[in-house]
Amino acid sequence: MFLINCPYCGERDQQEFKAGGEAHIERPKQPTELSDDEWAEYLFMRKNIKGVQFERWNHAHGCRKWFNMARDTSNDEIKAIYKMGEKPPTQ
Amino acid sequence: MTLNLRVKSSEFIDETNRISFKFDGKTYYGFKGDTLASALIANNVHLVGRSFKYHRPRGIMTSGSEEPNAIVQVNPNSNITEPNARATEIEIYEGLEASSQNCWPSVNFDIGGINNFLAPLFPAGFYYKTFMWPKSFWEKYEFFIRHSAGLGKSPNTRDPDIYDHRNIHCDVLVVGAGISGILAAKNAAKNNFKTLLLDEKNELGGSTIFEANEDNKINHNSASEWLKKEINELKNIENLEIKTRTSVAAYHQYNYLLARENLTDHLVKKDKKNKIRQRLLKIRAKKVILATGALERPLIFNNNDRPGIMLSSAIKKYSNFYGVACGTKNIFFTNNDSAYESALSLHNKGIKVEAIIDIRENSDTKIIKKINDAGIKIYWAHTIVDTRGYKRLSGVSIMKLSNDGTSVTGNKISISCDCLGIAGGWTPAVHLYTQSGSKLTFDEERKIFFPKTDTKEQISVGSCGGDFELDEIITNLNYKLKNFLNINKTDFEGISLENDHETSKRNIWLLPSDKTIGKTKPFVDYQNDATAKDIKLALREGFRSIEHVKRYTTTGMGTDQGKLGNMHALGIIADTAGVKMGELGTTTFRPPYTPLTFGTIVGRNVGEFFDTFRRTPMNDWHIKNKAEFENVGQWKRSWYYPKEDETMHQAVQRESKAARQSAGILDASTLGKIDIQGSDASEFLNRVYTNAWSKLAIGKCRYGLMLNEDGMVYDDGVTTRLGENHYIMTTTTGGAANVLGKLEDYLQTEWPELDVYLTSVTDHFATASLCGPNSKKILNKIIPDLDLSDDNFPHMSFKEVLIDKIKCRIMRISFTGELSYEINAPASYGEAIWQKCIEAGKEFNITPYGTETMHLLRAEKGFIIVGQDTDGTMTPIDLQMDWIVSKKKYDFIGKRSLYRSDTMKEDRKQLVGLLTEDPNIVLEEGAQIVSELNQKPVEMLGHVTSSYFSPNLNKSIALAVVKDGKNMMGRKLFVPMENKNISVTVANTVFYDEKNERLNA
Repeated sequence: MFLINCPYCGERDQQEFKAGGEAHIERPKQPTELSDDEWAEYLFMRKNIKGVQFERWNHAHGCRKWFNMARDTSNDEIKAIYKMGEKPPTQ
Repeated sequence: MTLNLRVKSSEFIDETNRISFKFDGKTYYGFKGDTLASALIANNVHLVGRSFKYHRPRGIMTSGSEEPNAIVQVNPNSNITEPNARATEIEIYEGLEASSQNCWPSVNFDIGGINNFLAPLFPAGFYYKTFMWPKSFWEKYEFFIRHSAGLGKSPNTRDPDIYDHRNIHCDVLVVGAGISGILAAKNAAKNNFKTLLLDEKNELGGSTIFEANEDNKINHNSASEWLKKEINELKNIENLEIKTRTSVAAYHQYNYLLARENLTDHLVKKDKKNKIRQRLLKIRAKKVILATGALERPLIFNNNDRPGIMLSSAIKKYSNFYGVACGTKNIFFTNNDSAYESALSLHNKGIKVEAIIDIRENSDTKIIKKINDAGIKIYWAHTIVDTRGYKRLSGVSIMKLSNDGTSVTGNKISISCDCLGIAGGWTPAVHLYTQSGSKLTFDEERKIFFPKTDTKEQISVGSCGGDFELDEIITNLNYKLKNFLNINKTDFEGISLENDHETSKRNIWLLPSDKTIGKTKPFVDYQNDATAKDIKLALREGFRSIEHVKRYTTTGMGTDQGKLGNMHALGIIADTAGVKMGELGTTTFRPPYTPLTFGTIVGRNVGEFFDTFRRTPMNDWHIKNKAEFENVGQWKRSWYYPKEDETMHQAVQRESKAARQSAGILDASTLGKIDIQGSDASEFLNRVYTNAWSKLAIGKCRYGLMLNEDGMVYDDGVTTRLGENHYIMTTTTGGAANVLGKLEDYLQTEWPELDVYLTSVTDHFATASLCGPNSKKILNKIIPDLDLSDDNFPHMSFKEVLIDKIKCRIMRISFTGELSYEINAPASYGEAIWQKCIEAGKEFNITPYGTETMHLLRAEKGFIIVGQDTDGTMTPIDLQMDWIVSKKKYDFIGKRSLYRSDTMKEDRKQLVGLLTEDPNIVLEEGAQIVSELNQKPVEMLGHVTSSYFSPNLNKSIALAVVKDGKNMMGRKLFVPMENKNISVTVANTVFYDEKNERLNA
């Protein structure tokens, strides 16, 4: 059970949050211009790596805000938490 | 046989408080402070159970939670009986009843014991190998296996006890109140850390408190005496909370731990009453200090499981702590010095120790000298090759070990005894450490897995950290504690320590016998009856991964999770396969450390508190009017309103007719309602719904279909434009929260530039849906001032009105195909408005109807229910709802996916109507649809999604998804059922009033 530092509310128990999958996948601005393969890439393809992964999380039972998290999937260490629209940490 | 084995009064046992209890129907006596195990041993009862597979007689092995054998049924004659309790953990109280498990008819005469003699037929993987053929026989085998396997019986009525949960936040959590844990907790609390100290036992002090070892001295006192003073001081320390009888079950990420606090199990019945039995502590600690100690290892040799064979440390605890002798003629068998301490404890209490058998060549520590001085014979470099006695140990045979330890030589010596203490060294209790995600290191010399690395948030101290000797423990504790808590000094820094140091070591995972291994029974996992032989067989059969060997042989898979024998299993695998133990690794330690009752896990969430439920403002009226309810999400919705002895079918048929012939009323308060405001609200709706929204006039309503980005239907509902920048969206009852979440997601992450604000107002409004040809007349009675003409108030429009000064929103929308009005009132006036409708509707025989009738009426009209007629694989095109998908809009959620090659395929499963050849047969929802009856294997074309008997059409109707259904109009298909094939015809989805004439009737 993680302890997550919501950027708007502070540290809260994981059960207040909802995981929202991989972060930094932008919805294409012009979907109609894309081929089936390109659209499928956006729609279906997600990374599942061992190591630091960038994820979207939502403080569903709190402020309802979405934010990003860099998490090491091998040991569940939360490396960084940053707001939507912010760049992922480089390290 | 009554033999009093109480040796000497113990300070931990209250001999003035005599307690009677029953075991296997017989009455025994013990004292306050005894466990069931110590009290039974005092009564010379060692045989307490039968083993799992071979039904071999088994006795008490340990004195703690690692017990594999003494697993008993508590209150066996009650229907709230509890199985799989460890006799070594049950504190006795007046009236306690317990019995053996896994034996029939009795522990003394167990029919299953024949398995022991058939043992050659039961090798590892026996069940996998034997019952796989012929395949069709599995069900017969299973019946037999289920009856002869399984430990204990489960209670068969509702648990009457009260359980509780509590959240705890602390600075420092110390797990284990042995010497290390006590010193750690004391120093943490003294340095202003809010500290919680937990121990699974009912007393503090771990094994130091009763060790009575004169050679272990702290500040020139015996370590036991010194520790007692430290414990006495604890009560004066602020910031320190101590909980005994509290076992930590799980250690999750970020220092989140679950512990079970046992509050009443040790009390007599009348004192248990109305009290919380067990409490689950959910602890979030800033720092965790693990001081969980070490578990003594057994030794693995032929027939090492007879009643009377126990861990050496357990024998010491029974004698020193409980004042009970485990036997009258004792032998110890060891590979280290700790058995000598136990032997000396017995000897000093006047209990006879016959001999000590040591696999080592020699040792010259002080304790050995004391044993020699006591005249106890030591057999160096010897091993036990066999034991005797069926229901109780009667003797052992020993032989000299070869130099390499793989065989035995010389003459067999026979020694008689009734108790054998085995000491195979110590295993740090690292279960919680590994559960937390930390990795173990193997120490080749000491043959232990231990936590080598500490973190800023967690340390392991004492023997669970790999420190076994007193000076080592205290010195390292001092050092670690100062770093961990960032303090300059501990209050035990610089105390004087004296203790013996072990010098000689020898470890043999599997001790040899004079017989070949095939003819021996060296048990590694007592609870699951797995022997070293089974492990070797698994390796011969090609298993290599430790996780696979574990599952194949079931080693370590009992309720004790192999706390005793796992290290030996690893050692035997490593030796046999010729790999290093450090490289082999361990199996995964999983929570809970000791079993938890379901009651504790569930806590207060039982019965009506199992889940939260929501009731509408009209709920009291529904109850008064005898509604049956159904659960929709968390809502309790009126399902139907049976009159007198009406069946559900009769009630629904009556309600459905009434709604079409005169007037019906439905409580639609549960529909999700989202208030949408902002200058970009119209643009936002354009992007989330498939149809166009920009041109919707203020005061008008529109039905919308919402897709997932993959093009599949996600939700639907009517949205009304209340103002220029103000809409109210309705969602399905079950989808409300998810829809809001999804919309917020897009707003916050994809389209943050849109000026839109969403607010859930589901609970703010109560909705009464008036339906039927007379609904206009009824509404006119309620609001005479309102012009209800089609010109002023047409279908799909909205009015804001006052009903008795209450501001209400009325939408003329319909889910039944009849003329309908949805009256939305502030929730607190919901019941009043509902009552008013009922009163006004009396002359038209207004009929309240529930969700079932609603479903039937909409099915007559072919209106879908998202989640019933769709399942996340249906596009609007599949639903034959092409009309709702805007071709003009550049983009909306899911649009691009509608043009993927797969979603554009002609022969996808599509929603169609089905009519049965016999109009009286109602199809089963979920039934499969085929076109050929004699084809094998037959192709499933689809399934029935909605099916009813329509009273308005006087025939059965159904909706179904069928492959290429659009092109099958009029085709004859079949719905094969268990004992008949039903002929059906594919039809239009709209069965009733195809031209929508009734909306304006």
